[in-house]
Amino acid sequence: MAPVQVSGPVLTVRRVDAYHALTVVAPAIATEFRPGQFVTVAVGGPESSMLLRRAFSIHDVRPDHGGTIEFVFEANGPGTQWLAGRRSRDLLDVVGPLGRPFPLPREPVSCLLIGSGHHSTALFPLADRLRERGGQIDFMLGAASADRVFGSLRARRTARSATIATDDGSLGARGPITGMLSQVIHEARTDLIYASAPLPVLREVVALAGRYDLPVQALVEQPTACGTGVCMSCVLPVLGSDGITRIARACTDGPVFRADLVRWDDVGTVPFDALGAPGWKPPRVAPAPRAPRGSAHGG
Amino acid sequence: MAADLRARLGHVELPSPILTAAGCAGTGRELAQYIDVAKIGAVVTKSIMLDPRAGRPSPRTAETAGGLLSSVGLQGPGIDAFLQRDLAWLLSRGARAVVSIAGSSPGEYAELAVRLSDAAGVTAIELNLSCPNVEGRGRDFASEPDAAAQVVESVRAAARYDIPVIAKLAPDVADIVTVARACTAAGADALSMINTVPGMVIDTTTMRPALAGGAGGLSGPAIRPIAVRSIWRTRQALPEVPIIGIGGVRTGRDALELILAGATLVGVGTVIFHDPSACARIQRELEDELTARNIDRVTDVTGLAHQPTAPALRRPIP
Repeated sequence: MAPVQVSGPVLTVRRVDAYHALTVVAPAIATEFRPGQFVTVAVGGPESSMLLRRAFSIHDVRPDHGGTIEFVFEANGPGTQWLAGRRSRDLLDVVGPLGRPFPLPREPVSCLLIGSGHHSTALFPLADRLRERGGQIDFMLGAASADRVFGSLRARRTARSATIATDDGSLGARGPITGMLSQVIHEARTDLIYASAPLPVLREVVALAGRYDLPVQALVEQPTACGTGVCMSCVLPVLGSDGITRIARACTDGPVFRADLVRWDDVGTVPFDALGAPGWKPPRVAPAPRAPRGSAHGG
Repeated sequence: MAADLRARLGHVELPSPILTAAGCAGTGRELAQYIDVAKIGAVVTKSIMLDPRAGRPSPRTAETAGGLLSSVGLQGPGIDAFLQRDLAWLLSRGARAVVSIAGSSPGEYAELAVRLSDAAGVTAIELNLSCPNVEGRGRDFASEPDAAAQVVESVRAAARYDIPVIAKLAPDVADIVTVARACTAAGADALSMINTVPGMVIDTTTMRPALAGGAGGLSGPAIRPIAVRSIWRTRQALPEVPIIGIGGVRTGRDALELILAGATLVGVGTVIFHDPSACARIQRELEDELTARNIDRVTDVTGLAHQPTAPALRRPIP
């Protein structure tokens, strides 16, 4: 279960539409991985001026070469562009598997998997695991355009249904993926939703699911500097079982959260009632009223 | 033979001069998955305050060239939860715990020192003086020699006599030596330097500050020369005061640089974010660097850069 830090040789870097998929040999991570977990990667080499590790959901694990992992990213900054430029056998500093995985239902139920852009990568290993358990799977994939919808073929192959929507209508329906959610929930008789998407989409999914009283497990990708829980960057307000809101770390307390516990509208802020918020005072324990001797226990 | 890395912090002997830097190693537990926390010099904790603290809104960090700008706002569990959970865990693992504390008045620091003195097993107390002094004009303690000295004095008076008190100094002051001198005179057993350098990043996509808090503290290799100069000047002025050198240490060679400038111990900070096993690696590398230079003990080279050129070290003996 414990994450490990390995120096793994890159197997392949291939282009997948608007994204890159990088496969690296990391047996110790591949064997321990559970769907929803992620890896962090150091970018730029040992003398790099880029100090922050980049976090990526694990998209696939395979048994070849003792165990490989694959993650998908968009090369849109100096770090990810460096990654896209890796060649076979280059060594990569990888830490993982990190974070809380998707919890799996005990019974075979009807699961709806909603993903947006490359965020959907984490859902495919989850789909495989759910299928092994005999559950029904429906996929919903959304993105800005056709080349940014990740894994539509695989979704069609693995799921009972795959609904796709793009903002420009270049693949599937035109509009946001959440626009079709109610319809799919009805048709698929969904029992449980798994979502992996940017915050605004997650927020909307959770709101809609709330109308049907459906539980949602949401994978939140908050920018992190370390992925190991020391930098305190990837925080969001989350309700505890004791009803107290705490500023939780997406990397160690998540990245998968029970959506009803996340205070979606307050992400990015410190809500006034969060533990330790400015002006917050520790609850002063009122002196317990003295019970007359013996009366409480019947003497 | 491998060089001897043993170092001292006050009267405490440490197996190595490599420590974590406050705020960069979580509770220690996060790192224990990658390194043996008992084998490094000591774990310096996040700054602990009296009450739990939620910290600042996010985003809290931004990457810069060779550095990291951050503004976390001392998120932490408060002293009660720290003592029960985090300190107990560190001690159970055989780690030496240097507890960093933060407050808004000298009285708060003193109260924390009392609590830590009552708990068994605290190796030392480090004072995070880069906190606004609410009783003063809201400026950081570290920026005013008198305010810094006041905190040191009240903590020294409150803490158990055998717990070393370390004052952590900020680099953005007119003269760090003045603050260092004031803290030492007030009873600080050691000094650690430097805290982060104030900085700011503006995101050109959103055209707004990158951090929710606006400005933040810059750390990482980008600030190492600032740390070296601060250590150099303090060592020159106060050669007998032990210094914990902190600032952008990434390799064993960087650690050696700070030691040569005058540090007796070295804190590893931001680089832990980049490499969770950094402390163990830097410790190994430092040993190799010393061995390669035929140096027997790390303590032999503390402040060596201040000595006039030693030709024997410069030229290989024919």
